[in-house]
Amino acid sequence: MEDFLHMGGYARFVWPAYGLGLVVIIWNIWSALKLQRDALARARRRMAIGRTEDSDNGNR
Amino acid sequence: MGTWTWFHKLSSPPHFYRIAGKMIPWFAIPAALLIVGGLYGGLVVAPRDYQQGDAFRIIYIHVPSAWLSLMCYTTMAVAAAVGLIWRIKLAHALAAASAPIGASFTLLALASGSLWGKPMWGTYWTWDARLTSELILFFLYLGYMALRSAFDDLTRADRASAVLALVGIVNVPIIHFSVKWWNSLHQGSTVLAEGGPKMPASMLVPLLMAALGFTFLYATLACVRVRGEVLIRERNATWLKELEPA
Repeated sequence: MEDFLHMGGYARFVWPAYGLGLVVIIWNIWSALKLQRDALARARRRMAIGRTEDSDNGNR
Repeated sequence: MGTWTWFHKLSSPPHFYRIAGKMIPWFAIPAALLIVGGLYGGLVVAPRDYQQGDAFRIIYIHVPSAWLSLMCYTTMAVAAAVGLIWRIKLAHALAAASAPIGASFTLLALASGSLWGKPMWGTYWTWDARLTSELILFFLYLGYMALRSAFDDLTRADRASAVLALVGIVNVPIIHFSVKWWNSLHQGSTVLAEGGPKMPASMLVPLLMAALGFTFLYATLACVRVRGEVLIRERNATWLKELEPA
């Protein structure tokens, strides 16, 4: 195990490369989900506003 | 006839939105399995390189991310062209969805290459053809995103940024062939080498798995992002009222 972590003396190059890979993958998943969720929330809000405006008009 | 009906249905935003949603697990599960399997194979199963020792294991991050940086840009430029020529909003949505993914993996290709360059070449960076053209790719992605955000009107943002994406496509073959056309510190092709891959299967299979896994990851992320981009573009469409609750 220690041997594996040592990476034949290249640990300080190999592990940061894999660490950055992990960071980039996690950031991508997070930001994609955020974009989709925010867009959905905004669409819903717009629809809700649209509906109340419709009923307001109906009451007048 | 059947194909055209299918194509026509796919080009309707609500249908596209639903299909993209349904595809997510079909891309995400292979992506996870292939990336975990490929990186495990690269770190544990593959033998130590006789010249580069364990430092060569950076290849399992570096090559898949560099591959994705190019594939993603090509997809983005083709989608932008389709959007520009046939005025298809969905194509613009796909182009816009691809940019941040591509930019982040270009950065990963540059950073992992830099971490590989230090022990092998003695430097983190050199202004060599391959490295410089990949850096230009990163700036093209950033320029594309900056240009988009400069417009309030989405249709104009789509069209202007599509032109930039198309102009930038000339850089893609330059990156690919740079190690052939110029004297480069960067090593030549290993996988797409003439006369077959210059690697034993125990090294090559994990690399192909990781590269395929990154490709599936792109497809997963693009499906999620493109749904968001479609919602933004369909501001006032009535079908939004039928969206499934979160």
